[in-house]
Amino acid sequence: MPTFVYMTRCDGCGQCVDICPSDILHIDPVTRRAYNIEPNMCWECLPCVKACPQNAIDVRGYADFAPLGHSVRVRRDEEKGVIAWRIIFRNGRKDMELLAPITTKPWREHIPKLADVPAPSQEMRDSHLLFNEPKYIRMDDGGLHTLKSNGLKMVAGVESY
Amino acid sequence: MAFKTIIEDDIDILVAGAGLGGTGAAFEARYWGQNKKIVIAEKANIMRSGAVSQGLYAINCYMGTRFGENNPEDHVRYARIDLMGMVREDLLFDMARHVDSTVHQFEEWGLPLMRDPKTGAYQREGRWQIMIHGESYKPIVADAAKKSADKVFNRICVTHLLMDESNPNRVAGAVGFNVRTGNYHVFKSKTVICGAGGASNIFKPRSVGEGAGRVWYAPWSSGSAYGLMIGAGAKMTQMENRIVLARFKDGYGPVGAYFLHLKTYTQNGYGEEYESKWFPALEEMVGKRYLDIEASHLTHRPIPTCLRNHALINEVNAGRGPIHMVTMEAFQDPHLEEIGWHNFLGMTVGQAVLWAATDVDPKHENPELTTSEPYVMGSHATGCGAWCSGPEDVSPPEYFWGYNRMTTVEGLFGAGDAVGGTPHAFSSGSFTEGRLAAKAACQYIDDGKAEGIVVSDEQINRRKEEIYKPMEHYKVYRNEITAGSVNPNYINPRQGLDRLQKLMDEYCGGVTVSYMTNDKLLNIGLKKMKVMEEDLEKLAAENIHELLRAWELKHRHMTAEAVFQHTLFREETRWPGYYYRGDHMKVDDENWHVLTVSRRDPETGEYTMEKAPCYHLVDA
Repeated sequence: MPTFVYMTRCDGCGQCVDICPSDILHIDPVTRRAYNIEPNMCWECLPCVKACPQNAIDVRGYADFAPLGHSVRVRRDEEKGVIAWRIIFRNGRKDMELLAPITTKPWREHIPKLADVPAPSQEMRDSHLLFNEPKYIRMDDGGLHTLKSNGLKMVAGVESY
Repeated sequence: MAFKTIIEDDIDILVAGAGLGGTGAAFEARYWGQNKKIVIAEKANIMRSGAVSQGLYAINCYMGTRFGENNPEDHVRYARIDLMGMVREDLLFDMARHVDSTVHQFEEWGLPLMRDPKTGAYQREGRWQIMIHGESYKPIVADAAKKSADKVFNRICVTHLLMDESNPNRVAGAVGFNVRTGNYHVFKSKTVICGAGGASNIFKPRSVGEGAGRVWYAPWSSGSAYGLMIGAGAKMTQMENRIVLARFKDGYGPVGAYFLHLKTYTQNGYGEEYESKWFPALEEMVGKRYLDIEASHLTHRPIPTCLRNHALINEVNAGRGPIHMVTMEAFQDPHLEEIGWHNFLGMTVGQAVLWAATDVDPKHENPELTTSEPYVMGSHATGCGAWCSGPEDVSPPEYFWGYNRMTTVEGLFGAGDAVGGTPHAFSSGSFTEGRLAAKAACQYIDDGKAEGIVVSDEQINRRKEEIYKPMEHYKVYRNEITAGSVNPNYINPRQGLDRLQKLMDEYCGGVTVSYMTNDKLLNIGLKKMKVMEEDLEKLAAENIHELLRAWELKHRHMTAEAVFQHTLFREETRWPGYYYRGDHMKVDDENWHVLTVSRRDPETGEYTMEKAPCYHLVDA
């Protein structure tokens, strides 16, 4: 199956159950551990793998086209804001480590709470502007593009294609 | 069944489905409606739901007006060319003029956008694409939505929209069930912004067995955007315009960065360039307006995606497959090699898994490409979705009825895959559409348009009964058989999905027929779809999880029927490489330079089809 859970590592905490977008990680009522109930609805997207505090979840390529014996492992570190990957080929000849940032800022802090920002004026409401516009469109004082400002009009039919 | 009914009342804005479109809507709605009640209902967990669940390595829609790169109308022309003319240019222009402000906010929130060290501008992958380290794209935008929303209901599968009983063409909220507790949830709301997804898995996939999950678009994209809106009687547009993707074989890993940034290219199994030899005949088929090789050479005018697919499909059918992506040159540069791998890890981990499993090192071997099964969606290089109003300062009268991104159902708005005619929105454009819809929804409420909504207990109870029917059905008939899944009284959701996929594949132009169909096949398919609709009344769900799959299947079926109707209606082959009407193998501009619009009568299930004028932006 695409993602699977190692028996000796899973403690049944349910973090993977909580995050799986496809609703296919469930807790087995007998073993009290998580497992992939529907591998053919698994996207190998890996939020379950990243969320597991025990590193108990791994991925084994789809059986219909992926031979056994490979490894793609991941550690997502929220505190450091990075994700680390290790890819090992089936023949062992390639063993790659790759690192990428996942954020540049402390989580959530720089997202504005729009309930607390000054309310939009009536003029703003009547305009076609969105929050933070026009400034954020070009990060200067330019306005919103309109048909008029850009010298355009809409004409129906193939002749105007 | 002993499931509780939980009613959330007095909602102003209900966001149904919170991928990129829905999170944009929830975030922005708070600014225009600081005292309004904003609620999200999401089938999964918004931190990792939707098509961007595993992340993205690029933002594919960014104008860069701040760096003097493009104007909104440039993007409109690009999308128009790519979709063979069939787009809503008012909606596209509107999205494009706002999208940069969305992207600049993403950067401020912490999304790592790469910069070109020389110019300081964002690192371009192509003219419209910028490169990002987007593994946490979804958690970041979900945090923004959470900061704005009053309540987030995760794990609620929304099955139906509620309708106003004093005005049957006005929305009144939505209903669904919790996929953990099974409880029935009723959301009474003045407006609904539908941010649900497009449809994977309605055409038979190339993969078999376990690999059926490795679809290009997420397997949980169940066409609910269309299922919900069609069910409420909203008009749809361009539902025939399914998309076929040329991607790395089996893993469906993305090719954008490979073509544009790594400068890899394709060749046939014998190492030959193949694309150009199919173009003269194709030029005949679609006309010079849409494919003009000389002009493309001189002006770098892009060749539509579907036409490039056409060349690939024909080369393979001529016996000169497989098609290879030539990576061996680019991958000698260690920096480019690293980008090639990061690209997969950031958005299609399965492709990296596959190459590791098959020892395909693109530095030493050129990987295979193939064309995928078709998908029905509205935010990538195609524009299926609801027929929505545009903004009043851009839209011609046929495209404008009061509120931006409002469907033909009053109070029902769309974003992302839900909005028709707006291809090439991608992640940033979908979020932007959500923002536009949110502002308009607040205006709609402030204008008093949502006064006097009536929802009776009868409607709420009727939907409840309908929702749990597959579980009831299972309970009643399960013990008629000893064990197993073969029962003369019901089918389970997987069996139903298999039937739908086979039917769509064979009659509506799937992969096993090389994307070919005609009027005869479509009419047979439509009959079978009606019979299947009867069987869907006998779906059986053993548990809550299967109930989720049952409703996903019903939404997929509703979507698929619209695809059939639209494909039958448009009597031409507008997008060779996406699908072919064997009985009309050419582009027919005289009759079909129009957008197709459908409505399914919610009472009778009957379809009516119409043509709508196709407007283009031209110099004034």
